[in-house]
Amino acid sequence: MNSILQVIPLNYYVALAAILFSIGVMGVMFRRNAIIVFMCIELMLNAVNMLLTAFSTYHGDASGQVMVFFIMAVAAAEVAVGLAILVMIYNNIRTVDINELNKLKW
Amino acid sequence: MNPSLPFFVLATLSVFSALMVVLSRKPVHSVLYLIFCFFTIGGHYLLLNAQFLFAVHIIVYAGAIMVLFLFTLMFINMNKELEPHKSNLLKGAATIAAGCLLLVLVAATKGAETLPAISKTSDIGTVSNLGKALYGQYLLPFELISILLLTAMVGAVMLGKKDVE
Repeated sequence: MNSILQVIPLNYYVALAAILFSIGVMGVMFRRNAIIVFMCIELMLNAVNMLLTAFSTYHGDASGQVMVFFIMAVAAAEVAVGLAILVMIYNNIRTVDINELNKLKW
Repeated sequence: MNPSLPFFVLATLSVFSALMVVLSRKPVHSVLYLIFCFFTIGGHYLLLNAQFLFAVHIIVYAGAIMVLFLFTLMFINMNKELEPHKSNLLKGAATIAAGCLLLVLVAATKGAETLPAISKTSDIGTVSNLGKALYGQYLLPFELISILLLTAMVGAVMLGKKDVE
């Protein structure tokens, strides 16, 4: 298991996290279903988590992994409140299409 | 066997499933691909010797958050393609913008000097080491997180009630 860290430079993890983050950004920009947009935000959070873990392991410092733990807790709280808001929106206007949610636009 | 093979297999699977999350038309397929993507990211945690984070990631993300997503999806009954097609112009613009972001991110880290590969065994990801950091240096944030979770729980219950006076 440890031999992986000797053959994979840190750059590979940076590149992989950048790719996953960009895919998440792409999803946020071109999906209209609010739940899918939410899932793409989770994807971006996970890319950042993975990068923090990689840096933490390569530096030999445990603080990065503690931060990942906190990010996971915040993400759990965010998902609980966000999905409750989405269910309320659906109960009120019968859709979760973000193009319909434009009352605050101007 | 090439020792870097597990990394590349996992990375390919992660990128593929992440793309399928964005591109698949049915929301339920997106959720299932996202669960798969989370499992591959958990595999990356294992490769990085972060066993505690692997366990927490599987429990919190695959066990709790994705079940919540699936439950909401079933609750508002969206397993049909109610999403009208966006114009190809908009899709192309989004893809190009995301590609530009990727280009900037990769280019910004291109010339950076990389950390040397570690030679000795790194065991900072074990439960005992992380526990010492979590309950020592990071005790206050750890306790504050519990208040945050309590607040989020109360907020979700308040939002989910039928009509709040």
